[in-house]
Amino acid sequence: MATKEFTRKGSLQIVDVPKVLRNGSFYIAQARIANMLQWKWSIIGEAIANPMFYLLSVGIGIGKFVNSHQAKGIDGVKYLVFLAPALLASACIIGASNAVMHPTLEGFKWNKNFFAMNSTPISARQIANGVLLSAVARALFGTIIYYLALLLFGGVNGLHSLWLLPATIFSAAAFAAMMLGFCAAIENSDLLMNIVNRLLIMPLFLFSGTFYSLSTMPKFLQFIGWLSPLWHATEIGRWISYGHHISALGISIHFAYMSIMLVSGLLFSHHHFKRRLSK
Amino acid sequence: MSVKDASQGPLISAKGLRKEYGAFTAVDGIDFHVNKGESFGFLGPNGAGKSTTMRIIAATLTRTAGEITVLGKDPEKSGPEIRAHLGVVPQQDNLDNSLTVEDNLYVYGRYFGLSKKYIRTKIEELLTFAQLEEKRGVKVEALSGGMKRRLTIARALVSEPEILMLDEPTTGLDPQARHILWDRLFRLKEQGVTLLITTHYMDEAEQLCDRLIVMDKGKIMAEDSPAGLIKKYSTKEVLEVRFGSDRNAQYSDQLRAMCERIEVLPDRVLMYSDDCEELLHQVVLAGLAPTTSLVRRSSLEDVFLRLTGRTLVE
Amino acid sequence: MSVSDAVRIAENLKGRIGEGTYSRRARAILEHRRIAFKQGHWIVVFTGFTEPVLYLFSFGYGVGKLVGKIQVGPNHWVTYAQFIAPALLATSAMNGAIYDSTWNVFFRLKWDGTYKAMLATSLGPLDVALGEIGWALIRGLIYATGFTAIVMPLGIIKGWYGLLAIPAAVIIAFGFASIGMLYTSYAKSFQQMDWVNIVMLPLFLFSGALYPLSIYPAWLRMIIEALPLWHGIQIVRELSLGIIHWSLLGHIAYFFVMIVTGLFFTTRRLRALFMR
Repeated sequence: MATKEFTRKGSLQIVDVPKVLRNGSFYIAQARIANMLQWKWSIIGEAIANPMFYLLSVGIGIGKFVNSHQAKGIDGVKYLVFLAPALLASACIIGASNAVMHPTLEGFKWNKNFFAMNSTPISARQIANGVLLSAVARALFGTIIYYLALLLFGGVNGLHSLWLLPATIFSAAAFAAMMLGFCAAIENSDLLMNIVNRLLIMPLFLFSGTFYSLSTMPKFLQFIGWLSPLWHATEIGRWISYGHHISALGISIHFAYMSIMLVSGLLFSHHHFKRRLSK
Repeated sequence: MSVKDASQGPLISAKGLRKEYGAFTAVDGIDFHVNKGESFGFLGPNGAGKSTTMRIIAATLTRTAGEITVLGKDPEKSGPEIRAHLGVVPQQDNLDNSLTVEDNLYVYGRYFGLSKKYIRTKIEELLTFAQLEEKRGVKVEALSGGMKRRLTIARALVSEPEILMLDEPTTGLDPQARHILWDRLFRLKEQGVTLLITTHYMDEAEQLCDRLIVMDKGKIMAEDSPAGLIKKYSTKEVLEVRFGSDRNAQYSDQLRAMCERIEVLPDRVLMYSDDCEELLHQVVLAGLAPTTSLVRRSSLEDVFLRLTGRTLVE
Repeated sequence: MSVSDAVRIAENLKGRIGEGTYSRRARAILEHRRIAFKQGHWIVVFTGFTEPVLYLFSFGYGVGKLVGKIQVGPNHWVTYAQFIAPALLATSAMNGAIYDSTWNVFFRLKWDGTYKAMLATSLGPLDVALGEIGWALIRGLIYATGFTAIVMPLGIIKGWYGLLAIPAAVIIAFGFASIGMLYTSYAKSFQQMDWVNIVMLPLFLFSGALYPLSIYPAWLRMIIEALPLWHGIQIVRELSLGIIHWSLLGHIAYFFVMIVTGLFFTTRRLRALFMR
């Protein structure tokens, strides 16, 4: 059999190393997104179904009982309006953290794809950044859909509420960066992920002042909220959405907290990606 | 600064290279060099330190001590610059199982920053080379072991690397799949690609390597061409005789007196001589009737046995 | 045990009713689970137990302050925590049973080849089905007992009949595990298994766990009242709130049908898959 012979120029001619050093993170993100697109219908379906379920059952269902019992509303607004920024933030944060968890465990353990990436000019740090970027992109998509659903149900209104999107995405990136580092740090993944999901994500979702003001909780439970990026995102979200009262100092603390989480999450991830890939 | 041109010296050179994991020494101060266009092998049993050495060369593992340059650079300082010119085929395929054959090649090409247009053309060449044209749209999880291996090699070639590094390329493959793969690697060699191969199969080392080092327990035991090693460390021929498990050891003194050297293995005795037909004749004349006997040419297996007293595949 | 003993045992079992389907060794499967449990699976079980407790504290306390009391019958008002606690127990019984009988079973069926190995021994498909489901029941029992032990001292579940919530949770687990096994044994792909997760969330959110169905339009109520979780919630809720009524028997009958249907088709399917 006659096979076509190589027209070989060689990597010294065709590989542009400085270009990879600049853009490597984006290559990884692109590859991750291409991978996600295989499941585009389930991603889209989930992005639409998830807000619908929560808005209808909690926002409207429980909302009906809350509104009839709280004549002055909660925090001065209807329950759905109170709930909307929190639901948006929790969906975005949980979505982003799920989107880093699966590929990270897979890349290190199940199909060892990260090792393949790292045998090219791509560095460990670029792999971490790329995975985070793709997760944030996916969360952004989900968040936009969620925002539209909120708009439809009257949970948010006005142009100013668009500011919810960047604020929410920022908090999701911060938390996802931490999760990224955590997934890289752990070795026995299956059991630990179970623990994380149920003992970390679930309490964050339930005790971050999502469904009621954190201040109505007993003091000893409030600290969960202070540590939770979801609570900080929710507070800012409520401030943006309907002018929930927070002092300027409060706002700065919320943003500072999330910024610190983002930066330390990235450093944490870079450290463990390097460690795992050069072991 | 661009990577060193090959005409100026070896592509890879290592001096006193050492890697320790806690108290365990995986690579114990080895020296070697690899020239351009050469097909260079690391032969040794599992755990000899071959893969560790490969990963240090591939700039994905740091060394504990010693010096190494790959394409004129230090892998610890210039990882991305070096990896840009390597094609790495790891011991275990790490393809993206959820993607198709074609997409695996495409995505990997993008990691080198190659243009979409270039990769699309290159994919056609690589699919032909790997004999996977008909599988281009198939997800990797549905491929056979041999096909996955060929795809991993094709993937490593997408950037036209200066050095192709193959870690145990045919372990776990059936004989037919191995021969197809060897044929493909031969073609690359003909085109002047520098090959770096680790293996614990002596037939693979003999087939593919111009020059090789024999490794055991992190150390280099010998270095030469396959023929040179056989000449240096073994006789032309080997006589394998079996007397049954109890008697192999019992007759060893008698047999040792008849030839240059013998090796007593649990299941058989190997006798080394340049004329083994004659040797067999003597054995029979001495009244030692082996249940089976076989005369064959010396192989790298015999070299390894001579150097370490152990067999390659245990 | 020598070979001749094994042959003798096999001969003894021959001709018995259910030969080839059930060898009365479902215990072997339970043994398998018990070992896995000791090797770390207990963490999964434990964390599954924390979920309803966290929900109860968060919703019962926080949302409870916002909604006040809930009406469950003529002149019968209960606190919000009292209202949701039984529903959370029923839901966690469902979740645990579904988790055990779907994803876990699917892996053993398609990837590990555990069943293939099991059915190559003297074990029959009904042994496997009952063994898996038996494990789901034990887990349901652990959850229900633990949950009740936390909730009772807080006065959320009152009276001795509240203890009946524990066997009720086991019946719920039995029903869902049987149906879960049935679905899994017919499922072919991961995507089909994903549907299980997709269905679970709305089932929980809309089955009247968090608020009475009275706010729904009639058509929606009818749909919800046809679904299993609603019946499960009703059993536990009525028992723990002391609403003893003939309708309880109806809910229990619903689960009885689930159990029988699930077991029958699972056994048939496993036999078709492995005993050809």
